[in-house]
Amino acid sequence: MIFKLFLSFLQVGLFSVGGGYAAIPLIQYQIVEVHKLMTLAEFTDLITIAEMTPGPISINSATFVGTRLAGIPGAIICTLGCILPAFCICLTLAYFYYKYRKFSGVQIVLSALRPAVVALIASAALSILCLALFGVNESSIVLSEIRWIELGLFAGGLYLLRRYKVNAIAIIFGSGVIGTILYAFI
Amino acid sequence: MKKEGKKNAILWQLFKATFTLSAFTFGGGFVIVSLMKKKFVEELGWLDEEEMLDITAIAQSSPGPIPINASVILGYRMSGIVGALVAVIGTALPPMFIISLIAVFYTQFRENAIIATALQVMRAGVAAVIFDVVINLAKNVCKTKRMLYIGLMIIAFIATYIFGVSAMLVILTCLAIGIIDLFIDLRKKEVDV
Repeated sequence: MIFKLFLSFLQVGLFSVGGGYAAIPLIQYQIVEVHKLMTLAEFTDLITIAEMTPGPISINSATFVGTRLAGIPGAIICTLGCILPAFCICLTLAYFYYKYRKFSGVQIVLSALRPAVVALIASAALSILCLALFGVNESSIVLSEIRWIELGLFAGGLYLLRRYKVNAIAIIFGSGVIGTILYAFI
Repeated sequence: MKKEGKKNAILWQLFKATFTLSAFTFGGGFVIVSLMKKKFVEELGWLDEEEMLDITAIAQSSPGPIPINASVILGYRMSGIVGALVAVIGTALPPMFIISLIAVFYTQFRENAIIATALQVMRAGVAAVIFDVVINLAKNVCKTKRMLYIGLMIIAFIATYIFGVSAMLVILTCLAIGIIDLFIDLRKKEVDV
């Protein structure tokens, strides 16, 4: 069974292009439909937890499924399966990138790519802000339901980052502590 | 001997950095890429900004989790295959550790109100960090003063955020535009000569 799990997550790792959310349907197909290792309800819980906790969604779910079905060895095997294709492919790409990136032609092509990457990060930033301030994604925002505590944390955090270059991890952790205390008293 | 020591110091830094970044990134690949940019470009000065954006584009377009992909490339850049291995282990360990714990205390975790609140408010901090990074990045795109790049950035943003065009399609389109730009450039030079 451990080998079966490994193969399942190998496929997830190999075919999920474009990050965590692209991997969810693939994991669901492998775990719920093909191997029937979990029910759909269990799987939904798994995704909720994978989203709540830090780390990439596919690694989170690989570890969760692995631990549930075969303990710690299961967790390691599933995660390995999930990472292995990415490791080999990215290593190859990294090799070629660093071999050719100094060429001026390659630089011209890459220069057109960089603004797009900035735009992608900006779009992710806005989505997360909406999620933080309203608890829902942008399609169903109600302006009057804004969470003032989160808005304060966001504004304060951004100010500290821009003005005093405070450490990013400190900002994330600090907003967690301050926010939880504020919620406990209000 | 000294060289060996320096290499080990870089590997240890790499492991420490990827481990802490991975332990604190909620909400998808672009969050960790923003944090990596802050850590490796602004704090440690190991890479320049263009390089980090290229790494992001490669990580986004290859299969597998974006944070893992980005760590592989970053680790490889710093110290070859060993570096890639160290960075990947650093990135994979925190989620593995946290999730194995949660898998055991699953119900307690889900029903704990304090944990739920903490995770929810932390998103505000995460949003602040990525906004900070985005402001710097966008400023630098504007500094190129090339309408093509500024225009691409704006159009790509509208396409992904408002129309929900996939990241993959945006990257491929811009890659094609870059190649066309290269050919125009080459032809101009031929005419000049």
